[in-house]
Amino acid sequence: MYGNAAIGEAAIRAGCQCYFGYPITPQNELTEYMATNLSRRKGCSFVQAESEVSAINMVYGASLAGVRTMTSSSSPGISLKQEGISYLAACELPAVIVNISRGGPGLGSISAAQSDYFQSTRGGGHGDYRTIVLAPSSVQELADLTHRAFDLADRYRIPVIILGDGMLGQMMEPLEFKYDAPSELPVRSDALRGAKGRPSRIVKTFTSRPTELEELNWSLFRRYRLIEKEETTYEIYLVEDAELVVVAFGAAARIAKGAIRNARANGLKVGMFRPITLWPFPYEKISELTQTTKHFLVFEMNMGQMIEDVKLAVEGKREISFYGRPGGVIPTPSEVLRVITRLYYQKGLKTEK
Amino acid sequence: MKKVYRRPKSLKRAAFHYCPGCGHSIVHRLLTEVFDEMNIQDKVIGIPPPGCSVFAYHYLDIDMAESAHGRGAAVATGLKRAYPDALVFTYQGDGDLAAIGTAETIHAANRGERITSIFINNAVYGMTGGQMAPTTLSNMKTTTTPYGRDTRLEGYPVRMSEMVALVKGAVYIERTAVNSPANIKKTKKAIRKAFQAQIDDLGYSLVEILSPCPTNWKMNPLESWQWVENEMTKEFPLGLIKDATRTKDSTGKRDAD
Amino acid sequence: MLLEQKTVLVKEMLIKTIFAGFGGQGVLSMGLNLSQAAMSEGKHVTYLPSYGAEVRGGTANCTVAISDEEIASPVASSPDFVVAMNQPSLVRFQNQIQSGGLLFINSSITEPVVSRGDIEVIEVPASDIAEELKSPKSANMVMMGAFSKKTNLVLLSTLIEVLKNTFKTKKMLIDINKKALTAGYDLF
Repeated sequence: MYGNAAIGEAAIRAGCQCYFGYPITPQNELTEYMATNLSRRKGCSFVQAESEVSAINMVYGASLAGVRTMTSSSSPGISLKQEGISYLAACELPAVIVNISRGGPGLGSISAAQSDYFQSTRGGGHGDYRTIVLAPSSVQELADLTHRAFDLADRYRIPVIILGDGMLGQMMEPLEFKYDAPSELPVRSDALRGAKGRPSRIVKTFTSRPTELEELNWSLFRRYRLIEKEETTYEIYLVEDAELVVVAFGAAARIAKGAIRNARANGLKVGMFRPITLWPFPYEKISELTQTTKHFLVFEMNMGQMIEDVKLAVEGKREISFYGRPGGVIPTPSEVLRVITRLYYQKGLKTEK
Repeated sequence: MKKVYRRPKSLKRAAFHYCPGCGHSIVHRLLTEVFDEMNIQDKVIGIPPPGCSVFAYHYLDIDMAESAHGRGAAVATGLKRAYPDALVFTYQGDGDLAAIGTAETIHAANRGERITSIFINNAVYGMTGGQMAPTTLSNMKTTTTPYGRDTRLEGYPVRMSEMVALVKGAVYIERTAVNSPANIKKTKKAIRKAFQAQIDDLGYSLVEILSPCPTNWKMNPLESWQWVENEMTKEFPLGLIKDATRTKDSTGKRDAD
Repeated sequence: MLLEQKTVLVKEMLIKTIFAGFGGQGVLSMGLNLSQAAMSEGKHVTYLPSYGAEVRGGTANCTVAISDEEIASPVASSPDFVVAMNQPSLVRFQNQIQSGGLLFINSSITEPVVSRGDIEVIEVPASDIAEELKSPKSANMVMMGAFSKKTNLVLLSTLIEVLKNTFKTKKMLIDINKKALTAGYDLF
């Protein structure tokens, strides 16, 4: 199954009831999958919107009604959705937003890239808010993290972004779904469905009292602290004795892993650290690694974005190098291996005896 | 003694914050009267816009959710699709519905979304302080057209209702005004009809209401009522623009166009 | 210099193949067929089609990676095998093949002009054979048969099993594609 289709199927199995999208490469297969497979399901709805702006606002509407809902797009389209994401965050409405990202800035290219790290993890829209960002690195993980995204969104009443890329979305890999579609679609208890048998309710963000806004922001940030504590996830690979740790996420991480396997075979003590949640970012674990590892290499398919978070985590205790290729060109494992090897000897790191 | 006038059940006990002579409070009242009469207070969900009427939820005793500027029709679409039992309406101004939200409005209408739009046309951006709106009349002075709207540079007043009437999914469109008791009565009738079209599952309905804004027009309330009558209706003639409710059934097979 | 010599690439079993040709020649189904066969033989597999503007205008290609281990990148910058079903594909991909790699050419409609001596060129008159079998659309399966014989990547029997699954609802297509596969396989 294609990565894009895997997300769609996983969403349906997570009880997604409404999907709203707009065509853009390289995520079209997901929109098409939902058109084919979600639209005919009982109680479910699919709309091809007139724009990404509309699509995200339809998501906002469906989330108001208490159902599980999602939209997907690729980088330029995600830029358009930022307004809606900010409103979702402010109104504490759950939603899942998939970014099968491509190279930028501008129209860029449809090839895989990771240049939307800043946009995804720093809010992207206006205001003081966060979204959970999940970064899958295989087709299996696209499916697993889609399911998790819906759960997290509901649990914390927060928009969740899945940050994939054209390579993951387009590729096919063996895949196993761990859940069946629920027999009954979930509806949140706080759904806005008319003031029947209860006082009328308002969902709003605008306020003319500054203290009210301050209270909202405090309550959001208390929840964000909780998410940081409970939901930070990462993968570590051969880091125990590693002299050099490669930090990479998503597609770059699987490429790095291939390079590291070969580096190990050459006697180089290299490991990998892969953040799975880009927000919350696993600062603590990386900070711990500074005690055992000598050097960090951040590898990204952009000109250096996540490296800023790694620097925050390392706090100057260890040296950090960077290797990146900007959007459009997918680096090969042997290219990364060359970088690792050169760096390893330059820094005089110890090899296997 | 017979009670002949009372506060509608769906209207909260709160004093309106609107300026003297503003049309919003009249429309709010009409809406709540219709909700009461149709007995739909527990089914309607309103989507107010950013603008003077952002606080509509302080007055209407129904479920409401704020939308981003111009996105009302898209938000209403999502809500209605997720929960078709609701009666969803957007409450939008001219800047909202006819400028930044043109695409959302036209396309929601074209899909025949079962929603209703209450479109307040007062020819200016009210809350932001009286800038030019898409519906500002030719030669009319606003804070961004201090020398009068020059149609060669700033274009013409947009007749949004006529534009929306062209798309097949729109089933009922009427333009009314709230500048006289007779027009207010007609407005209420139109609002009622628009909700009925939604209840009957026929398609998109829109009521455009010419509404005075004495503050930004720099007039007293009476002058503003007269200005609606004498100037605005020349550009925006009142009356039924489209009614396909009798010829269209919910399957969409029979078509009025 | 010394550093470079220390770097010995460990050759794990990782084989990447690019299938390329006109849209409608079934190059994507060749890739899928191989992927599914390798998967059912218990291998790690990735399949990556070309997409977007790249496939408009009539040419399509896909990359299949097969390995005993997790696959790092589904992209092949220097594939082990290339299957070129038409002339433009041959021109585009022949220089990317790894030294010692195999280049399969649909010689029925392609001028086998190859400028390198370090790769093996295998000419398969796939379209002609498919014509003879009265099923011109099966040229891709003729090529697939030849590919499996020459590369030993997957068994012919597995490919046939995959076909049965692919055409579950169109039984008549199984036979003709099976014939095409076998005809290609028996060429060498």
